Amino acid sequence: MSLTNYLVLASILFTIGATTVLLRRNAIIVFMGIELMLNATNLVLVTFSRMHGNLTGQVMAFFVMVVAAAEVVIGLAIIVSIFRTRRSASVDDVNLLKS
Amino acid sequence: MHSLFSVAVQTAPATGAFQSGAWLLVAVPLASAAILLLAGRRADRWGHWLGVAASSFSFLLGLGVMLSLTSLPAAERVRDLHLFSWLSAGTLTVDAGFRLDPLSLTFVLLVTFVGSLIHVYSVAYMEHDRDRRRFFAYLNLFVAAMLLLVLADSYLLLFFGWEGVGLASYLLIGFWNHQTPNAVAAKKAFIANRIGDLGMLIAIMLMFATFGGVDFATVHGHVAGTAPGTLTAIGLMLLLAATGKSAQFPLQSWLGDAMAGPTPVSALIHAATMVTAGVYLVVRSAPLFDAAPTARLVVVIVGAITLVFGAVVGSAKDDLKKALAASTMSQIGYMILAAGLGPIGYAFAIFHLVTHGFFKAGMFLGAGSVMHGMDDQVDMRGFGALSKYMKITWITFGLGWLAILGVPPFAGFWSKDKIIESAFVPVAGSPWQAWVFGTVALLGAGLTSFYMSRLFFMTFHGTRRWDDGSGTPPALAAGTTVDLNHQHPHESPRLMTVPMIILAIGSVTIGWLLSLGSGIVGWLEPVTGRVAHEADPVLPVPVLMTVTLVLVALGILLAWRQYAAVLVPVVPPRGSVLTRAARKDLYQDDVNDALLVEPGTYLTRSLVFGDHQVVDGGATGLARLTVGAGSLLRRVQNGYVRSYAATMLIGLIVLVGAVLAARI
Amino acid sequence: MSAALLAAAAQTATTSGAEAVLFWCLAPVMVIAALGLIFARKAVHAAMGVIVVMISLAFLYVAQDAPFLGVVQVVVYTGAVMMLFVFVLMLIGVDASDSLVETIKAQRWIGWLAGLGLGVVLVGVVTRATYPPMTGLATANADSNPVGVAKVIFGDYVFTFEVVGALLVTAALGALVLTHRQRLTPRIGQKERADARVAAGGSLTPLPAPGVYARHNALDVPALDHLGRPLEESVSRVLRIRGQELGVEQFQSPALPSATQTPTLEPGTEDQA
Repeated sequence: MSLTNYLVLASILFTIGATTVLLRRNAIIVFMGIELMLNATNLVLVTFSRMHGNLTGQVMAFFVMVVAAAEVVIGLAIIVSIFRTRRSASVDDVNLLKS
Repeated sequence: MHSLFSVAVQTAPATGAFQSGAWLLVAVPLASAAILLLAGRRADRWGHWLGVAASSFSFLLGLGVMLSLTSLPAAERVRDLHLFSWLSAGTLTVDAGFRLDPLSLTFVLLVTFVGSLIHVYSVAYMEHDRDRRRFFAYLNLFVAAMLLLVLADSYLLLFFGWEGVGLASYLLIGFWNHQTPNAVAAKKAFIANRIGDLGMLIAIMLMFATFGGVDFATVHGHVAGTAPGTLTAIGLMLLLAATGKSAQFPLQSWLGDAMAGPTPVSALIHAATMVTAGVYLVVRSAPLFDAAPTARLVVVIVGAITLVFGAVVGSAKDDLKKALAASTMSQIGYMILAAGLGPIGYAFAIFHLVTHGFFKAGMFLGAGSVMHGMDDQVDMRGFGALSKYMKITWITFGLGWLAILGVPPFAGFWSKDKIIESAFVPVAGSPWQAWVFGTVALLGAGLTSFYMSRLFFMTFHGTRRWDDGSGTPPALAAGTTVDLNHQHPHESPRLMTVPMIILAIGSVTIGWLLSLGSGIVGWLEPVTGRVAHEADPVLPVPVLMTVTLVLVALGILLAWRQYAAVLVPVVPPRGSVLTRAARKDLYQDDVNDALLVEPGTYLTRSLVFGDHQVVDGGATGLARLTVGAGSLLRRVQNGYVRSYAATMLIGLIVLVGAVLAARI
Repeated sequence: MSAALLAAAAQTATTSGAEAVLFWCLAPVMVIAALGLIFARKAVHAAMGVIVVMISLAFLYVAQDAPFLGVVQVVVYTGAVMMLFVFVLMLIGVDASDSLVETIKAQRWIGWLAGLGLGVVLVGVVTRATYPPMTGLATANADSNPVGVAKVIFGDYVFTFEVVGALLVTAALGALVLTHRQRLTPRIGQKERADARVAAGGSLTPLPAPGVYARHNALDVPALDHLGRPLEESVSRVLRIRGQELGVEQFQSPALPSATQTPTLEPGTEDQA
């Protein structure tokens, strides 16, 4: 089996994540789409790490995870505080800065 | 044919106390004007006497300078007084300096002598005006500017004085500017003069471009060898300047309105001196005009037209001062005509200018005296029989009248007759000129006789057409129902009559005096050149003289019949077409309006329209485009995160697609 | 390095059949689970799908010689991040489901087209690229994978690691700050509630139980007060509304004033009772 399969899988997952961001309005699902995209990149990093026999790719994936964790913490906090004030988790409602 | 040779004139630096002190001629009146303007009301009590003193000082100094010149041989009578280096820009260097020569000194003496007399006259005339001090400041300013004009040794400095007299004229015409017509008249004079000044400026620029300098020595020294076309252009531009300043056709319309100023101003500026500056300019530029026969011909034509124009207008005006103004216009037409005739005419132009300065100033002062006695009334139809009430005025005015008519031996006879004779001198190559211009000049003499006699008889003779309060009604033309003015005519005070008397004496004698020996013609020779052998007129001189005198006599007779022997209607009759046109200055204002003002207005309006539509439209269109583009782009900024994400994603796809496309 | 290890490395440089089997089992599951993100009506279902994807990813990591990352994947993503997601979902309302009506004009089309385009482009790039022959991680993982990763992290990327640590701490603090709610009204405690109740005219004590001092010991019988009058509020409100309350009068002692009378609190009568 070729390693390319992993890359194709990662591409599909990334695309699904991106499409989720475009299509879904629930902020939490959108957020999960972003996480899915991050995970897809992690898969690519791990695959290339194996391909090149270099652990740096895995280390990068590790850092991505950490940063993603931080991002999730902040993002969810934002979602919660928005929900608290506006009783809505829809990203479309967060357009007060416009006009 | 006449042949011309120039006197070998050497320009020499000024020598002696008088000549090197000539700058005081200008400086003293200027300083006096500054003092009078700056001192304010404190100077009200003595200010007018300071003005008189400054003007008289200039006269005495001018006399001194002239005497110092007469002591020299004729060839050395052109003196240059270098004052300072005025401006130096690139290749152009202009020194401020005075040229002391017979021509400029003639003017200096005329301006300061007549000017001083009018200063004295004004002391009494303006006595009840609370702004008398300011009036004298302006008069002094005028004297300074006029002297600068005639003494300048370069066209640029001359232009400086030229503008200075224009300013003084403007200030003095509009001296009583609290009345709108006066302010409008001042503005009109100013604008008409600006057109002439434009010609002057263009002439100066042409001179700089052609000769590389603007002082008389450079310009006149380089005339030989210059293309005739350029010289003609310069000449015509100078002529334009002259027509503006001297109220010649086609820029003559301002002079009649300029009579809105106080009468001494009319006498000094708009009769004796400033309006003759155009003649001075032409004579001063004699070497230029000598080399440009076309320009000279135009000068003669302008002079001839104005001569008749002024005479016709003068025959119809009932306003004493405006009739005199028309007369001035006509007489300057004589001078311009003479100046355009070339070397044979220059000296006579100046001669007539001087005699005219005396008799016309005298008559204007007389008119002022009449107005003084008649409660500032100027309508001659309301005068009549004033000779009994103001004897001195009547006699002095009468002497001026005889002088302008050219009755021998009064001043006008000596100068005007010479002009008429010169006009009849044939010009090589175009024999028609002598006949045409000679006839015009001759006709002008007759017309002059008619309108001046009309003016004189209407004012001083005939029956009285005003109410003297005695209860005896004056004899009036049939059908007169108007209420008459209640008047108490009286003679003017001594301060006014003495200058009039002096000028009247001048009117009688000056022509004869200046013809003694070689006379003024010889005196002016270093400037105007000498005509070695004067060609004979196409008609013998005695015939011309006789015809002239007959025409003059006819004019007087006609005027007597119409305006003294019969009752003059108080209300002007309708009159012929020509009369009505002449009363309206031959429609010159309408012509100006139609030819210049209205097209100008349309041009301005269309420019404003174009400005609004094109320039502003471009600017606002750009702004609108920006706003439109902004509001269009604003739709993209809809505030939806998902739209932004879509944009990013599409951008990413395009980017990757582009990279891939390059690879494939 | 020993020859055996080198041989082992060469051996691991190709993918095994077992790995292929694992991949082909997991990959469809992952894609289907991921598609749940797009199609699931309820956010919880989407979250479940993502959890499946992440656990599967952990398997794939392990299969790709990255056991450390596989473990971290399970611990961090599945254990922490996804739990956080589910937790927030519960907080917000697990029933909240999206309205399917698209509010932004053409966004649905744009989204589908952009997603499709992205998929095509990415798959195209990935499949058309030429890759070097697989090296494998046998050599790098000679001292076990965690040790190898640790050597890289603490060798080459120690500064990055510190910065990321600081980032994580900052994020934690930021979350605290973001979710902190400033108190705008005074805190409502027991005392405040009691005060409010008294002010509203209610009683401080619990209501009397039914049937106390009554002939009956039943719920539908009101209690009697110290004067023998029935206390209507001692009967459950439900029974009263239903009308299943027994009559008050029949339990009243005849010697006593009627319940309708205003009770007069006299010390004497109280003592008698």
